Amino acid sequence: MQAKRQRKKLGREKLQRVTEMCRSVEERSIDPFLIDVDEVIEVIKEYFSEWELPEDLCLDAETIHHIASVIRLQGDWVKHRSTSLYTDPFLLEQKLTRTGREEILETFLKAWHPIVEMEQISLHSLAEAIKYWKSLLPLSERWKEILPAEIEAGLTTREELIRQRILSDKTFSEELENFWDELKREVKENGKNRRTRYWDFIGAGTYEETVHRAFMTSFLVTYGYATLEIYPLEEEIFIKPYEKQVTKIGKKQLISIPIAVTAEEWTRWKKGELT
Amino acid sequence: MSKRGRRKAYYARKVKTATHILFFRRHRKPGVKGWELRRRLGSDYPKVLSVLDNYLKALDLQVKTVFEVEKPAEKPTPEQLDKARFYIILRGELTPKETKMIGWRIDDLAGLAIAISYIMSKRGKTPRKEVEELLRDKLPGWRVGINIDRYIRYGYLMQDENEQLYLDWRTRAEVDQKALIDLLLGVET
Repeated sequence: MQAKRQRKKLGREKLQRVTEMCRSVEERSIDPFLIDVDEVIEVIKEYFSEWELPEDLCLDAETIHHIASVIRLQGDWVKHRSTSLYTDPFLLEQKLTRTGREEILETFLKAWHPIVEMEQISLHSLAEAIKYWKSLLPLSERWKEILPAEIEAGLTTREELIRQRILSDKTFSEELENFWDELKREVKENGKNRRTRYWDFIGAGTYEETVHRAFMTSFLVTYGYATLEIYPLEEEIFIKPYEKQVTKIGKKQLISIPIAVTAEEWTRWKKGELT
Repeated sequence: MSKRGRRKAYYARKVKTATHILFFRRHRKPGVKGWELRRRLGSDYPKVLSVLDNYLKALDLQVKTVFEVEKPAEKPTPEQLDKARFYIILRGELTPKETKMIGWRIDDLAGLAIAISYIMSKRGKTPRKEVEELLRDKLPGWRVGINIDRYIRYGYLMQDENEQLYLDWRTRAEVDQKALIDLLLGVET
């Protein structure tokens, strides 16, 4: 067992060495014939039956891939050497270092034929440009800052929103009535003393839905479909539906009760920490 | 007008259009693709270019065709011509004095010659460090990097993420690579 493990380790090291060698040939454009492909293939064959783990099989595939690249480079190398463009790099390097700058320049000029190109404006394009310029608005007009009109903040009513056709009266009334029915059902089924806990009623699966239910509940209370019972010391809030809509306007002074419906509160309610 | 006269007038008109397209830069890179010429001049654009080339001889200019991969051994196919790029280049040679007039210092141009020929000898690809070392032999160190970057910017060389240098489109268009190698090897040192 120990010997097998040792052998696998040795095989991995050999394949990694081959991969590194191939990579340096590919990246540094050194002679690809420095790698003995036959020998490398023998190494790959020798260890192939040993591999069981996916990592080892990947290493094997990677080595074959690199060897294939080296074989391609060997092909290119042979092809290049057989063309008239082939020059011994060493010979050329020697020539380049020994030749003076002026001589190199003169030589280069004999083989250099720079591209000829012109840049000239024509009467036609000039006329087009003037036409464009005339129709172009001044920067002060094009980049004019669009400042929002200053409007003093104020209060609006639901009636005003309905009048402006932002809210639809009928749909909202129907939704509110349905919501009232839901509250009555909830109290009948799960409530005590004809009331239910505020958070148990408004709480929903998502925070957005919870906020929507809190919004609707505020209208139930405002329009006299239900009332809130608040116990500050116990930090408990209950909602109690009326059997019939109660009109409070003119009879009793109305007060506003802010109830925070934050995401944190909602999370606490979901965990059962909020009453 | 005789048939021959009409034909002459036809080519004179086409040659004029070809001159406009080829001389004035239309894109970021100079030169025009074959398919663009076909669209403007018609399918016989190779013939139009050959007429233009004959006119340009007297001005020491020529129409150069740079094929996408490498020059085909036989007559190029219409597809190969469509993908090729056409330029107007200098037919003859510039003198060292003239190079100064077109904005090249002798040192910079010699550096370019060395870089191009060295990369060619290395089968078109070599590490930037090797070229830098070679240039440092004859150029001040601080100029070497600047010059290589300039050759890259002009389109003579190209560099990949592994800092390997290659010959780029401008070298293929402007430099007769075989002539350069032959001439360099022929220099007596």
